[in-house]
Amino acid sequence: MKLIKVDKKSLDQGIEKAKSAYRVFGPVKEKSDHDFKLLDKEQLPDLDFQNTRLSPKSVIYPQSQIMFQYSLDESKEDCRIMKEVENVTSPMAVIGVRPCDALSFPIVRRNFDTPEYQDTYWVKAYEATTFVGLACNSACGTCFCTSAGTGPFGEEGLDVLLIAEGNDFYVKPLTEKGESFVQAAGWAGEVESAAASKIEEMKTAAEASITATVDTDKLRDKTTLDLYDAPFWEEEAFSCINCGTCTYVCPTCWCFDVQDETCGKSGIRMRNWDSCMFPLFTHHASGHNPRDVKYQRVRQRFMHKLKYYVDKYDNGIQCVGCGRCIRLCPVNIDIRRICNKMNSFDAESCVCEATSS
Amino acid sequence: MTDYTDKIKEIAKRVLAEGKVDMVIGFRAGTVPMMNQPHYAASAEAVEEMIWDSNCGLNLANYLTDKKGKIGIIAKGCDSRNIVTHVIENKIKRDQLYIIGVPCTGMIDHHKINAMFDKEILKVEESGDQITISGSGFSETVSKQDLLAENCAVCTHRNPVEYDELAGELVDEQADVDQYASVSKVEAMTADEKWDYFDDLLSTCIRCYACRNACPLCYCPTCFVDESRPQWVGKSQDPTDVRTFHLLRAYHCAGRCTDCGACERVCPMGIKIREFTKKLNKDCKELYGWEAGLSLDQRPPLDTFKADDPEEFIK
Repeated sequence: MKLIKVDKKSLDQGIEKAKSAYRVFGPVKEKSDHDFKLLDKEQLPDLDFQNTRLSPKSVIYPQSQIMFQYSLDESKEDCRIMKEVENVTSPMAVIGVRPCDALSFPIVRRNFDTPEYQDTYWVKAYEATTFVGLACNSACGTCFCTSAGTGPFGEEGLDVLLIAEGNDFYVKPLTEKGESFVQAAGWAGEVESAAASKIEEMKTAAEASITATVDTDKLRDKTTLDLYDAPFWEEEAFSCINCGTCTYVCPTCWCFDVQDETCGKSGIRMRNWDSCMFPLFTHHASGHNPRDVKYQRVRQRFMHKLKYYVDKYDNGIQCVGCGRCIRLCPVNIDIRRICNKMNSFDAESCVCEATSS
Repeated sequence: MTDYTDKIKEIAKRVLAEGKVDMVIGFRAGTVPMMNQPHYAASAEAVEEMIWDSNCGLNLANYLTDKKGKIGIIAKGCDSRNIVTHVIENKIKRDQLYIIGVPCTGMIDHHKINAMFDKEILKVEESGDQITISGSGFSETVSKQDLLAENCAVCTHRNPVEYDELAGELVDEQADVDQYASVSKVEAMTADEKWDYFDDLLSTCIRCYACRNACPLCYCPTCFVDESRPQWVGKSQDPTDVRTFHLLRAYHCAGRCTDCGACERVCPMGIKIREFTKKLNKDCKELYGWEAGLSLDQRPPLDTFKADDPEEFIK
């Protein structure tokens, strides 16, 4: 597919033009931070950001989403019949997705789109969306994407990659969907002959700007129960306040809770993001809670991302290295620290308190 | 305040060695700027990790809830007031605690400091009352006074009110601060303006409950938002439910809030949560002459009755 170069003005004009065929989302600065929003007419994405505070997952998977509606009116034939709400599938495009976040969509897809089950809400929204990425020319101190299966110029999960160079943008279509978006935007412009090597240089420089790394190479070979019973969980979990920040800001956390709300004689069934950090997450109707204390919940989150997922899908960790949970955790629980502890944990050499005394 | 660190370590090691406590709760250095991590030390080795500087704004009393055994805890003014509140609310016994008091000169506000710079902050260093903030291609030194969290800037109880030992000399309390300046601004608004003001404050809330969970007052075994029979509050992002959570939580804190600012500090969205509790603090002060957590011998105004309690607000 052909590499294109456009200036900022053409880029903006193209985005505006594409709005006739797509609902376009992009980063917008509101209050002190950037977040992805549906862009109004004439509203342009603000591409001058390192990364958004919340990930773009909400574009495909809103925090609160109505799935069914029903009537409780006994006089009606359809009383108590759940009816699927209209599931909008008109084309969408998300502009300015960072490569780390882009990788989260194929990861989350492994959960929502399997041969046995398809989550219709997620799958329809995902299929209707074109992901227009924005390469990172410089990383945050908390970015570790190169240890998490992608990189600042990573392409997995994207349909188009934009690369900012001064006041210009290289536009690199990666899929047919991406090609269609580029056509809808009317982006066209020859690139200089040295463009490919220029991009390669920028990519190398961007990768070199990443200072944080984690080791994940030994996670798969660890015995699950050894890690589960590792002695460090209580200490590492001490500061945790069991809020939902890490899970809600995480692009790859996918859990939800189903709720019914009725008003008079009509009702809705919806789903809302849930968090394994909340005690209620595993609270059984019987009153029993298998993850009754906080270190068990903290352990679950990291074991899921860094061990269970790794074992189940054999496709790396369930983390893209965006660093949001590190930046936003109110009590500084740092996934890099935990991941390295898990990766280097040696059950053989561990002298547990129980055996040493 | 950085020179408290050595004294804290010395005391912590001593009380652990003497068997006065099973653990000491304090802070260790965090992995990102302006973020220290609550931490416990049960051995001299773990004490070595302890630190004290102007990034210890979380309220450690939050980590005492339902703890058994003997506990050492580092307490600045607000933490000590919340410890007192825990004791008078029977959450912990005073004789379980060895309180290492830290006279405080205020904590810096990471939300404010992050908003001051367009670029990512990579390092924040403290030297006396000067804070140097730096990142790629910039470095700026600012007076700590200008970077204080809003609650610290108007704090009148910097010294611990209850302690067994101090990690430093008592500091002068701030005089001439208007603790309730922000409340007066809201009070002057019309009803519609107030509605819009609070609506705007909550517009970015993601209901992560960090504010509730960082608050030492929020120790209910089951919070009202988590009740399912009956379910008092909806779980979605419906603004009515978001408002209900914040307003009810604020009222649960009436007469108990020490304005430690933990709720605001931990909010990932930077919401000014104290705007919801400050008015109630002001009312308690004006109506009952009460500030929370100052004495182990006094019951809070909302769990006592006096014949001369003000009642002008009952119409």
